[in-house]
Amino acid sequence: MKTISNKTFLKMGALDSIPIALGYLAVSFSLGIQAKQAGLDALAATIMSLTNVTSAGEFAALGIISEGGTLATMACSQFIINLRYMLMSCSLSQKIDNEKPFFHRFGVAFGVTDEIFGISYAVKGRLNPFYTYGAMLVAIPGWCLGTCLGVIFGNLLPEVIVTSLGVALYGMFIAIIIPPSKKDRCVAAAVILAMICSIGWDYIPAFHAISGGTKIIILTVVISLAFAILFPRNEEEEESKEAES
Amino acid sequence: MRHNVYIYIVVMAIVTYLIRVLPFTLIRKDIKNKTIRSFLYYVPYVTLSVMTFPSIINATGNVYTGAAGFIVALLLAFIGKSLITVAGCSCAVVLILELIF
Repeated sequence: MKTISNKTFLKMGALDSIPIALGYLAVSFSLGIQAKQAGLDALAATIMSLTNVTSAGEFAALGIISEGGTLATMACSQFIINLRYMLMSCSLSQKIDNEKPFFHRFGVAFGVTDEIFGISYAVKGRLNPFYTYGAMLVAIPGWCLGTCLGVIFGNLLPEVIVTSLGVALYGMFIAIIIPPSKKDRCVAAAVILAMICSIGWDYIPAFHAISGGTKIIILTVVISLAFAILFPRNEEEEESKEAES
Repeated sequence: MRHNVYIYIVVMAIVTYLIRVLPFTLIRKDIKNKTIRSFLYYVPYVTLSVMTFPSIINATGNVYTGAAGFIVALLLAFIGKSLITVAGCSCAVVLILELIF
């Protein structure tokens, strides 16, 4: 096997993540608009994006910040919403090249997002950390720049455009949850039940005192746990699906 | 009680990084427990569903344009369109309807 230098891996990762960066730019622009509405300035919003790099997590965080939620709610909501990264990190932890120094694990971990995980996991053989670094160097600035521009230009755009962009993140979330719902009936059932419970919750006056962040945590834990117990995943099925995607 | 925005950011950044880094460092073994694996598998879809619905309907301030955006996103996602296409078309439909009505 020929050895490829770290520099080459860095370049490969950077090239592969150009489409990711463009997607991030568009999505984080609407995140920036939401950040502005939640009362964050461009600097705070950009630092949030730089230190978190997570669409759903940051989006939920903005809701908690604007409703003045507690720090415990913030911590729990981030834990639940970003829990999916734990599975991704588990997979990459097995795949990362063990001949590289241990500290690289801390670096690669920072870049675990749905998309960067996706391309890092698709690398043949062991993962050279520099591939992920290359991807991070291109994708994360895209994510931060979009957030920053969203805060600055969200104000200058006509209100009707800002209103329309308000559905962008939700549209993205739908694009994430529907394809697996088609493949797996249990996911589809969980998605439908979650939506019914979510709207039902809003109609129960006694629940109005509970913050939006707490609602997300409670519903996610209860429904996911119920499905995990009632409809546990078949590991072999899972592996064949992972191989497909 | 409203905290300084940077305190919120620090808390979320720490929690999020811990989730990412622990499997790389302390928990080096694969999670074998079937219930935990299944739980982790369902969590993202359930949480995104709760966050999206009914918020998307109320996002525009007009239930009808919000619902239109929701339905368009569902249909496009169902026929397998990419993330950006789904999000973009959903916005476009809302924009057109908001301009008309």
